[in-house]
Amino acid sequence: MILAVDPLLVDGVDLTVALIVLLKAGLAFVFLLVSVMLVIWFERKLLSDMQNRIGPDVAGPWGILQTLADGIKLFFKEDLLPTNADRVVFRLAPYLSIVPAFVAFAIVPVGGDFRDGAGGVVSMFGRSTLLQVADPPVGVLFFLALSSVAVYGVMLAGWSSGSKYPLLGSVRASAQMISYEAALSLAIATVFLTSGSLSTNEIVIGQVAANWNILATGLVPFLIFLIAGTAELNRPPFDLVEAEQELVGGFHTEYSSIRFAMFYLAEFMNMITMSAIAVTLFLGGPAGPVLYEPVAWLWPTLWFFLKVVAFLFTFVWLRATLPRFRYDQLMDLGWKVLIPAALGWFLLIATLDIARDSGWPILPVVLIGVLVLWAGAALLAGAVAKARADRRDEADDLFGGYGEPSPTGGAGGDDRSRRT
Amino acid sequence: MGYLRGFVVTFRKLFEKRVTIPYPEQKRPKPDRLHGRHVLSRYEDGMEKCIGCELCAAVCPADCIYVRGADNPVDDPVSPGERFGFVYEINYLRCIHCDLCVEACPTEAITETKLFEFSFTNRSDAIYTKDDLLVDAETGRPQHLPWEDWREGEDAATSAWMRATSPSGDASRVGQVAWSGELGYGVRQPEMGQLSEVGAEADAHEADADAGGS
Repeated sequence: MILAVDPLLVDGVDLTVALIVLLKAGLAFVFLLVSVMLVIWFERKLLSDMQNRIGPDVAGPWGILQTLADGIKLFFKEDLLPTNADRVVFRLAPYLSIVPAFVAFAIVPVGGDFRDGAGGVVSMFGRSTLLQVADPPVGVLFFLALSSVAVYGVMLAGWSSGSKYPLLGSVRASAQMISYEAALSLAIATVFLTSGSLSTNEIVIGQVAANWNILATGLVPFLIFLIAGTAELNRPPFDLVEAEQELVGGFHTEYSSIRFAMFYLAEFMNMITMSAIAVTLFLGGPAGPVLYEPVAWLWPTLWFFLKVVAFLFTFVWLRATLPRFRYDQLMDLGWKVLIPAALGWFLLIATLDIARDSGWPILPVVLIGVLVLWAGAALLAGAVAKARADRRDEADDLFGGYGEPSPTGGAGGDDRSRRT
Repeated sequence: MGYLRGFVVTFRKLFEKRVTIPYPEQKRPKPDRLHGRHVLSRYEDGMEKCIGCELCAAVCPADCIYVRGADNPVDDPVSPGERFGFVYEINYLRCIHCDLCVEACPTEAITETKLFEFSFTNRSDAIYTKDDLLVDAETGRPQHLPWEDWREGEDAATSAWMRATSPSGDASRVGQVAWSGELGYGVRQPEMGQLSEVGAEADAHEADADAGGS
């Protein structure tokens, strides 16, 4: 009875119910495809605006059909299969990438009436239902599971290509996505703690009174989610997976034609899904005021779209502004900053919850909590510094001082005197 | 907050004026002395200037010009000399538009226009024959070939290089006319822009220095 939370399925399944479910799934599919088309155009146009260019402007008004033109072109291109490739896995990988991207969107509520405790239920063909394809009680865990499956698509694509650069790209991708998934999950865990539920519908209901989780969890988990989400999407500044200067195209170097288009599609679909999940978890999802009563059904969806577009804008803005991370910086940020920060914040929120439930005085609890976190951060920083110093000493012993580049740039800058 | 300054920069760019021009629809004005495709000029009476001496072919670093001279028919001369350019072909797949042929030409027969926007779809179209290169016998305008993209007035500047420099490269002869007339344009006026501008700038500089000194 996993799907029983949706009021549509409570009274048993008949033909109408099956048709409504099919309709919702079909609509979500079409919506995602069309929005991917528009998002690619949006990104290219906005990026060109931020770089003082014009961007695509030939296909359709303002170039809005550019993606369609590109898609048609890709569709008719020759589909290459490298000689060294593993035939089955090479063909399977794009689907492993695109299916999770589609399915993950199923748990996102895109609209519904959240006023007066209506709980997002709308009436459709005489049945009441939620405006999301599915609302499993494990909702957000389902999203995390699917984003882990998406790693397989990237990893297998690189491995099965039988070529160096894709392999390197996919090794980077799997390391990066697995590392940042930890921080991502810990940031989301804080939301579970505040909302007390994993179901996306109930998380949104919990935020109806404009007490968005972004504030209820204290902003830090949101920032961690944003950074880790960007890394999880392999978008700049974390796009080492497909760093053109180093890896040609990364994991999809050997792909062409419609298979390449699928990776491209999956990438942007993941971007939309990640934005939608962020909106659901932190910014109240579709819940919002109804400003004009006759079209009351429209407003939640409108709020949802506005919030998603704000996120998409942020992703493009990050890409336009920040240079790419070095790989060791990426791993440092993930393991030494984001994961400890997310873990510490999770513990702090948990402590505050217990304090509230047990009726302890809040102020001393906050003070002690912050103190413990501060001590933990100091210990971590000390350990990292010690490890770095040890490594440097070891390198000095091995290479006579030429082992590690000096932080001011130039290998062994101050060791030149020793050489003579 | 130094990290955030970059974001401000990129955000401000959103509202800045674009420097890019949507090229085939809009074009920037071209400089007068742009090295485009060649024309073979005529004198004002319609005679061809080319005497078939092949100096242009000899000097061409890309080896893209093919010229054969022939004796002028006595009863119907093509050029005012003894010989005329009987065959004249330029291969635009090889031409680098260096203008050396124009400098080499003793009769100012070959000059370069501003026209460079031609996209032929056939390699044989890239070889411009004498018929294509010779200016129109009535108006003195270049021949408009079907694959060439012209803008209003661009075909008028056919001999800018000649007029931009002083005769024999001697600064004291600046402004003197040392070139022959062209069909449709007559004897063109010397182009004074470059020198007068330099002169004006130098004058202004001197005036500034004087004002500062006193």
